[in-house]
Amino acid sequence: MSQVTFRIWRGEGKEGEFKEYKTEITEGMVVLDAVHQIQAESAGDMAVRWNCKAGKCGSCSAEVNGMPKLMCMTRMNTLPQDKPITIEPIKAFPRIKDLVTDVSWNFDVKKRIKKFKPRPPDAPDGTWRMQQEDIDRPQEFRKCIECFLCQDVCHVLRDHHMHESFIGPRFLIYTAALEMHPLDTENRAKDLKDEFGIGLCNITKCCTKVCPENITITDNGIIPLKERVVDEFFDPVNKLLRIFKPNS
Amino acid sequence: MAVKQDRLVQIGFMETGRRDSWWLPPVLTFAGYTAFIVYTTWAALQNANYWDGNLLSPFYSPELFGKSPHAIFGPEPSWWPNAIFPYSPALLILAFPAGFRMTCYYYRGAYYKAFWADPPGCAVGEPRKTYWGERTFPLIIQNIHRYFMYAAVAFIFLLSYDIYVSMKFPDGFGISLGTLILATNVVLIGSYTFGCHSFRHIAGGVLDRISRASVRKKVYDCSSCLNRRHMLFAWVSMFTVMFCDIYTRLCAMGVWTNWRIL
Repeated sequence: MSQVTFRIWRGEGKEGEFKEYKTEITEGMVVLDAVHQIQAESAGDMAVRWNCKAGKCGSCSAEVNGMPKLMCMTRMNTLPQDKPITIEPIKAFPRIKDLVTDVSWNFDVKKRIKKFKPRPPDAPDGTWRMQQEDIDRPQEFRKCIECFLCQDVCHVLRDHHMHESFIGPRFLIYTAALEMHPLDTENRAKDLKDEFGIGLCNITKCCTKVCPENITITDNGIIPLKERVVDEFFDPVNKLLRIFKPNS
Repeated sequence: MAVKQDRLVQIGFMETGRRDSWWLPPVLTFAGYTAFIVYTTWAALQNANYWDGNLLSPFYSPELFGKSPHAIFGPEPSWWPNAIFPYSPALLILAFPAGFRMTCYYYRGAYYKAFWADPPGCAVGEPRKTYWGERTFPLIIQNIHRYFMYAAVAFIFLLSYDIYVSMKFPDGFGISLGTLILATNVVLIGSYTFGCHSFRHIAGGVLDRISRASVRKKVYDCSSCLNRRHMLFAWVSMFTVMFCDIYTRLCAMGVWTNWRIL
């Protein structure tokens, strides 16, 4: 058992400051345990969003020592404890209170993406047939728990605040899951280019690095979507081929 | 719908709470790319010591016009404006592999960080407030990457032919250390090229029902396998191609001899 110092962001809206708390850390604790302990011992009014404590609900996103992480999946023994451990709210979204941010923008973005539009059923009973190897790619993206750590670390949202013109990595892979689905017939390439701002992604792969579900966001999701946009809008040979073979 | 900008936190240049050595990868990338660009530019402009007998430096391959026995169409063209820009066979071909690497998705992400601090590191503040991304000129040009990829695939075959030539000695077949170095380079450049995101897309990524194209599925799977190590192959092949040139150059200069093994 050892006593560890934490610096936790306290405040409402943009106004606030880091406050120091000390608490005893025991074996097996995660950062969220420590935050709960501090809440119980010395900061009963501290706001923190959490739910499952198992890395599946995506609620307890925060920046621990400057890196976007799920507090419930960050074990204390992985952090250097010789200096205070800093915990602050994610920065790509407006702060509400303490560690809680307003992520409702994300839910509005999701509504703008064209919905799943399956081809006509394959069988008379109204069902479809798919091969597992066709569905493997969208399934990787379905692991997303919507913790929005990828949105937080993306510099287009975090530093440039381009929420109006860029939907962020979370919704690019949501779009990829729909676009690559073997049953889907919708085309979202124009939206990706014009409304969702895929051209704003400059492939720094920070989103992939922070994903707690280890989704290969950039290589398997965003870049393949960029290539689909190139197919439709930037590849003259492909355009020419489509004149002769419109359904390709 | 909209996020009120005044409710968001402004992050200053280099502002971060990170305590790890986040600056090390961009610094190493900057140093590595700068070394490669400086050396390649110098080597490409030399127009000397780029071949030694049956060995040809990959920076000069294919040699379209030049003074070596490897030149396909004979000596350097008379129309070349030598007074303005001295001729070198590398100048005719180097734009293709250079363009392939410059527009490569991996390199782009790495040099935006290392050379343009956009961002300097993940969760590290940027120096600029404005941002255009790859949506407008000039970076919208990055979308031609697949055309450079087509050229890069052709270069794999051309470099493979150089391995074959390197095994032709005056007294018949042979294998030298140079042959092995050229072959290693082709394997690594091939691993980099065939793991390219554009190649992977065209091979099968474009298909939503890839199970109906079994050959393309196999090619896609192989490309995906290489793609998982794309960064590694990008770096290693960059150094092997440079080393091939250094090896050939030092052989040509007589500093060392191309050791014949067989």
